[in-house]
Amino acid sequence: MATPLGLKELSKKEMLLTGGHRMCSGCGAPIVVKMALLAAEQPVIAANATGCLEVSTCISEYTAWKIPWIHNAFENAAATISGVETMYRSLKKQGKIDKDIKFIAFGGDGGTYDIGFQSLSGAMERGHDMLYICYDNGAYMNTGIQRSSATPFGADTTTCPAGSAIPGKLQHRKDLTKIMAAHGVPYVAQASPSHWSDLMKKVRKALETPGPKFMNIIAPCNRGWRSRTDDAILLSRIAVETCYWPLFEIENGVTRVTVKPKEKKPLVEFLKPQGRFKHLFAPENESLLQQAQTQVDAYWAALLKEEAFYALSAGSTEQ
Amino acid sequence: MGQKSGKIVAVTGNEAVAEALRQVNPDVSAAYPITPATEIMQRFTAFVSNGKAKTEMILVESEHSAMSACIGASAAGGRVATSTSAQGLALMWEELFIASGTRLPIILALVNRAMSAPLNIHGDHSDGMGARDCGWIQLWSENAQEAYDNMIQSFRIAEHMDLRLPAMVCMDGFIISHSIERMEYLDDEAVKSFVGEFKTVNPLLDIEHPVSYGPLILTDYYMEYRRAHAEVMSKVKNVVLDVAKDFEKISGRQYGLFETYRLDDAEIGIVILNSAAGTTKDAVDAFREKGIKVGLLKPRLFRPFPYEEVGEALKHLKAICVLDRADAFGGSYGPLFMDIAATLFPYKEKPLMMNKIYGLGGRDYLPEHAENAIAELAEVAKTGQIKTFKEYIGVRE
Repeated sequence: MATPLGLKELSKKEMLLTGGHRMCSGCGAPIVVKMALLAAEQPVIAANATGCLEVSTCISEYTAWKIPWIHNAFENAAATISGVETMYRSLKKQGKIDKDIKFIAFGGDGGTYDIGFQSLSGAMERGHDMLYICYDNGAYMNTGIQRSSATPFGADTTTCPAGSAIPGKLQHRKDLTKIMAAHGVPYVAQASPSHWSDLMKKVRKALETPGPKFMNIIAPCNRGWRSRTDDAILLSRIAVETCYWPLFEIENGVTRVTVKPKEKKPLVEFLKPQGRFKHLFAPENESLLQQAQTQVDAYWAALLKEEAFYALSAGSTEQ
Repeated sequence: MGQKSGKIVAVTGNEAVAEALRQVNPDVSAAYPITPATEIMQRFTAFVSNGKAKTEMILVESEHSAMSACIGASAAGGRVATSTSAQGLALMWEELFIASGTRLPIILALVNRAMSAPLNIHGDHSDGMGARDCGWIQLWSENAQEAYDNMIQSFRIAEHMDLRLPAMVCMDGFIISHSIERMEYLDDEAVKSFVGEFKTVNPLLDIEHPVSYGPLILTDYYMEYRRAHAEVMSKVKNVVLDVAKDFEKISGRQYGLFETYRLDDAEIGIVILNSAAGTTKDAVDAFREKGIKVGLLKPRLFRPFPYEEVGEALKHLKAICVLDRADAFGGSYGPLFMDIAATLFPYKEKPLMMNKIYGLGGRDYLPEHAENAIAELAEVAKTGQIKTFKEYIGVRE
């Protein structure tokens, strides 16, 4: 019987990423990892792309990981875990191993959307039994807040600094979650640590689904977002409530929005507490704020339409 | 000499390497096509598809992912092999250091090919030379037989409990990879028992004993790790010799750290790698008949380079010509020359040395190139004067 995903039962489970790691206080990434590992019922082996999570959890003689863990390089967590998973299948076929093991790769947005994109796409296409989790904090935070293709429109980063001629990042985010879904893999989802139950249900569903799975999880970074140290959960909640970070899953090609905010908040509520968007509130940048809001509205509307389409077609087949 | 269980065949170098892989039957192989190495994996995957090898294939989307997946698979705890050439090896470059630094005994068949640009698919040594300092073992092979024999021995060497280092087995692209030669295959059982069961060291798949691979190590311990690597490299030559002794028992073929040909009583000598050594041996014979005391040294274990032994073998010569199938741009001499010169550095009395760059991008190495080099060496030995320290041969002026 699987452990129910309730606080009482989960509190009895062992934390597989220990405290004492060197992530910044208030970082969203270790929260995401702890939730994902708590959700797992079977033993997990993890691969980790180079990045904050990796450099801060295994330094010299110390490791924060209580599970087998491998860091290879920046762009290849997916290829690396695909090697581990293939050796597992090989040895299992040969009768040299009998346990049921799950495989997860963790990467930041730089290591996933950008430099690790090819490796991830290849691993998804090959059909390895693995879950790739991107903890998306919207920039290269480990090297000092440089722009990535996941950086939101208008954000101030150290390589697209908001200046008098260029007001921060001028491009919209790459829609990686949908791109992964377009690989035709059985399960893709977007989650947020603010909605822990939703996140953990998705991880569990992903691990129970054979084949390649992808999850994109927002992970606030107070250093890069220029926000309060204790606001990670609050900001990830506002990200969901403003529909900046919609919570949905695409299971066998069927889209379902898993959390619908009762009242869709204006995007400025997400932008305002973050110093990286401060310049957008100057009077001359008003149009940029509007542009950002329009983008969020359009994405949310399209997502609901997509969900409605699948609900409708499911209904028609039932008749 | 023919052995009890061997089988004489006529095959290409690629075919021979694929056969060695089938006989070793690794647990996992990750591969990506590139000329001229492609045929190895075409033939090997045909074995897998027909149940003749039990290897799980990972047909990746790039060589970078090929080596990345090999690293994951090897760390998981099993026997792993791949193959590539030139640009493929270059794309793996980052991962080559990670494989060796993580001490994973991955085997890579390198079919030597010229590096682009200009784009060229033919054989030279610029790929292998570019990877010589990445902490891998390198075994170089003159012909299909040596490539096959080196492949089989490489698993024993790399997986040796004193080493646990990745190894690449090099052979010349097209000249060897695509030429049919007469050679001998060993019996399947002989190869199987020679290579033995894979022994795991801290496998990731041992979930009862979780380990972390790939830590961040900064100024506090990085240097100790690198020195430990250098120390492990110094143990390779003894393992190579021990494995060669065992291999001789099943094959009748002798291998050392390098091959010498009519070198002991020679006054002048050629040093050359891989397939061109065959052509050069014929020239050596022809000059010997004319009374010129010439010999040859062909490195086999190129990394780690057996400096002392090579220096010992060459120090009595009056003059040496090192022929390089790659140049080390901006480094004055070709890469093999620089290593050979370093082996002689400790001696007060040392041979005169010259360097010739030949065969780049698959340019033919002809008997006359070997003959000209030997004639020039004879003159140098007589006069004690070198006219040209380094030159490109077989090239349009």
